[in-house]
Order: sequence, then structure tokens, then C-alpha cells
Amino acid sequence: MAKRIDVSGLTAYYGSHKAIEDISMTVEPRTVTAFIGPSGCGKSTFLRTLNRMHEVTPGGRVEGKVLLDDEDLYGHAIDPVSVRREIGMVFQRPNPFPTMSIFDNVAAGLRLAGSYKKSELTDVVEKSLKGANLWNEVKDRLNKPGSGLSGGQQQRLCIARAIAVEPKVLLMDEPCSALDPISTLAIEDLIGELKERFTIVIVTHNMQQAARVSDRTAFFNLAAVGQPGKLIEIDDTERIFSNPSVQATEDYISGRFG
Amino acid sequence: MDISTKNPEEAPPPTPEPSTAERKRTARGATRPGDRIFLGISRGSGILLLVIMAAIAVFLTYRASLAISKDHANFLTTFEWNTGLVPPKFGIAVLAFGTVVSSIIAMVIAVPIAVAIALFTTHYAPRRLRGPVSYVIDLLAAVPSIVYGLWGALILVPHMIGLFGWLNDYFGWTGIFSWEEGAPRSMLTVGILLAIMILPIITNVSREVFRQAPQMIEEAALALGATRWEVIRMAVIPFGRSGVISASMLGLGRALGETMAVATVLSPDFIIHASLLNPGGGTFAQNIASKFSEATPFGRDALIASGLVLFVITLLVNGAARLIIARRAEYSGANA
Repeated sequence: MAKRIDVSGLTAYYGSHKAIEDISMTVEPRTVTAFIGPSGCGKSTFLRTLNRMHEVTPGGRVEGKVLLDDEDLYGHAIDPVSVRREIGMVFQRPNPFPTMSIFDNVAAGLRLAGSYKKSELTDVVEKSLKGANLWNEVKDRLNKPGSGLSGGQQQRLCIARAIAVEPKVLLMDEPCSALDPISTLAIEDLIGELKERFTIVIVTHNMQQAARVSDRTAFFNLAAVGQPGKLIEIDDTERIFSNPSVQATEDYISGRFG
Repeated sequence: MDISTKNPEEAPPPTPEPSTAERKRTARGATRPGDRIFLGISRGSGILLLVIMAAIAVFLTYRASLAISKDHANFLTTFEWNTGLVPPKFGIAVLAFGTVVSSIIAMVIAVPIAVAIALFTTHYAPRRLRGPVSYVIDLLAAVPSIVYGLWGALILVPHMIGLFGWLNDYFGWTGIFSWEEGAPRSMLTVGILLAIMILPIITNVSREVFRQAPQMIEEAALALGATRWEVIRMAVIPFGRSGVISASMLGLGRALGETMAVATVLSPDFIIHASLLNPGGGTFAQNIASKFSEATPFGRDALIASGLVLFVITLLVNGAARLIIARRAEYSGANA
């Protein structure tokens, strides 16, 4: 079941460097929210705080609150491992496990979560690959290595792997930036389908992409290099791209800077 | 699209067909001196390696054939080494057994420990501990093997008595761990000493391989909700698998050929002992080292014949390792 994310007063550090400061926003279930902004503004860092991947980086730490429905992800009793099982992630570069077959890649998360019967695994793998629009291309070679697929197919394999465990939220960190336009289109169509079942947050450098796929858009910016990134505004995508309430957003979108 | 149909007048006159030699040269393109020199050096080194290997093989085979042709016992199955007898009787059965068994013991002990140390220094140890731990392991590699031998004979052997007694009490019934007689100058002691000696090389190479496990594959596992150990199991160990096999082969090579340490610790004889605890047995390198200086020319040829067998065993082991690596090449971590 898709869940709502509620962030309040979130600040993230790399060692003593403050990367993002005092970010608050709400992401509704079964919507697509796009993060845009210039390089280094902290949108990827913010994305990684949502599934507690930020603290994996040496020196990474977080202050503030992230609520998934009513549960604080940074609460004392919360195990980051269980957070990541609820909030899936797709990365910038396709990263299927090179030592595993296509089948095992999709089944990897399920095998982590517990023991499954072979028939259950087969069902979930098929369903996930169909969900990622990859089934027809790979159904005859499920036991071949995932690294033999094209870049776009690998990225859809990674999406299948992420949705196989039925996460509440799906985070995507520039999922198309390493792909050609046709593969990009395939992933964008897929995002439109996935939002029926998942809450999706996507970081993108491509503003047309943000306009095409998202319901809400958040614009991040930083005052100067070395300063922490901040959330400038978040609003309905249509409004952000037609009539943003902050001048800096309009400047960025119309290409006057950034 | 064909340009010549568009502008027939401007089409360049057809150039004459270049000769085969000419075409070959243009296909390769012009080369710069740096490229040519580097090509020469690298190709020369490759050829040199093959020539050295061939020379060793020819030398060993020739001298070995001189000895084996005069052997009046089966060279492969005989349990004695009497090159001075008339007619001479010698065989490598005991040496082959001892060499293989002591190396297997060393591998069984050293590989898991080395992999664990490598994973500890790359994935578990706090950053400031990583350097010092690696440095100490590297130091182990710098200790000369005769020092290991002396340490083994003076410290390790007396301290093995307790372990041998315990093994005999609880596992003596297996036959492999029964201990009837003598100081613990046996295959098990040799295997343990060899394990310590090959630990640094296996640790070092494994550490380099594990360190290169791609960050993005580890993050993929983390983002799926893997614990640290599960990340290592899913993304690091499979990635380093072929590297660990190569590292183990380097270690095995050293264990198979180790001479001084074995010769110092073992009390050799020409019997195959079923128990790893009873003293005796021998290895190729130990046997050559202890007999070579006092051997007659014929005795030396016989020892060289035993060396040829060690050479063949090493080749077979390496070939087997390559097969294992090649069989799963398409699942290699190098495809990441």
C-alpha cells in the first residue's frame, strides 16, 4: 500500500559540511513528485535521506523528521534496514548484480526479506518484470546474467527488482540520465503506470521530464557554492512550469541561470 | 545516400586498387615510435616468459628422463628413495602425498582466515584501523621462510602437543587424527605453519579485489534492505570470487613449493601415514633440499625428476583454477 511522506525541518551533513538545510514537504500517496534544481543543490542528498541511505556515506548524518504515514523513520527504535525494505530506490546508473541471473536479480530483495517457495518466487518475478515492462524481452532468458541486457533494459530490471518487494515508496535518482531517448521514454511511461500503486519521488535534471511525469515539482537551489541547498518551493507541476510563485524558480525554468 | 549520383561531374576519379601489402599497412595506420617501442617491450616480455617456461620444462624433462630410465622400481608408486642402491630404487608416492596433504591443510586453514581478514579491513574495520592491520599482515610476508622454520621447530612444535592430545582424545577414532608416537613434527604441524606463511599473500590480493567491489552494486544491495553481512554476501564476495581463487592459487603455489620451513619442522621418512598427527612423510621441496647437497650426479637427476612432478602438479592445479574462473565468466563482477 502506498504511503504518505511527511518531512519536517530536515538538515543533512557530510561531516561538518551542511549539504541541505531545514527542508519540509509532504508527498501524497500515489503521486509522482519531481525534484529539480542545479547540480550540487542537494536534491539527491535529500532523496537519500528519505530511505536512510544518506547515513551510509562516511560522515553522513541527518537532523529532523521524516514521517512515513505516522512512523518517524529516524526514530530511536527504527532499524534503517527495515526502512529500506519499505522504501525502494532506483539509481542513476543501472546497477543490476553482475554475478546474478535476471531471475535472481529480481528475486534478490524477496530472498533478503524471508524464505519463499520456488513457485511463489517465480510468480513474483514474473509479475515484477511485467510491472517493469520487461517481461516480454527477457522471459526466454531469465537464467542469463542481467549484465548482458542493454542499459535501458538494465534500468527496467532494477525497477523490477525494487518493486518486487512491494515497497510503500519508490525513490528514483536521475533514473534516465544514463539512457538514450527511447529507453527514457519507456521508463517515463512506466513511471506513469507505477504511480497507480506506489508513491514515487524522482530526481531529474531534465525539466521536460519533470513536466511530463510528475504531479508535483519541488525546486531546490543553493545561495552559493559551499552553502547548504534549500527547498525554494514545491507546488503542482503545472503551476511551477507556468506561474511559479518565486522568481528564482522562474529564472531556473526559463534557463536564465543554473 | 550515394553522393556521386547527385553530382556526377564532381565525383573524384576512381583511385587505383591498392596492393595487398599497401592495404595492410593502411589498415594498421601510422604508428608512433612510443607505440612501437612499447609494443616491442610488451611482446618481448610475453615471449620471454614462454621461453623461460619452455626452457624449465625441457631441462626438467631431460634430466628426469636420465634418472627415470635407470629406475628399477615404479617411479610413481614406490615408497622409498634409494638412488645409491644397485640397481637404484626410488619413487615419489610419499612426496606427492605429503606435498598435496600439507598444502590442502594449509589452504583449508588459510583461505577462510585470509578472506575474513580482507573483508574486515575493507568493510568492517574503522578507517583508522585499516592501515595498521594491513601493514602488519604485509610484514608477515617479509619474514624469511627459514625464520618461520626455526619458529616452527622451536615454538610451534612444542605447543602442538596439547592440540594433538586433544585431537587424539576426541577424534582419534577417525584414524586421521590418531597420535601414537613421537614429537608433533607431522603433516598437520607443517600444514599449520604453511597456512601462516601463505596467509599474507592471500589476504593481500583478496583485499585488493574486495576493495574494488563497485560502490553502486553495494548500494543496490543496501537499498533493497540488506544488512552489512548481506551486502557482503550479495555484492562483495561474488564480485571477488575469481580474485580470491587467483589469490588462493598464489598461496597454494607457495605452499606446494615451500622448502626450508618444511625441512626444519618435519621429521621425514618414506612412509605414508594415514594419521596427520604421526610424524613422518615428506614433500618434494623438502626432500630435494635435504638430499641435494650430498647427492651423486645420478641422485641429483632423480631429485630433478621429483621436481618435474611438482611442476606438473602445479600446472594442473592452476589449469583447474582457470577452468573454474572461466566457467562463470559471464557472471563475473567485471561486467558491472
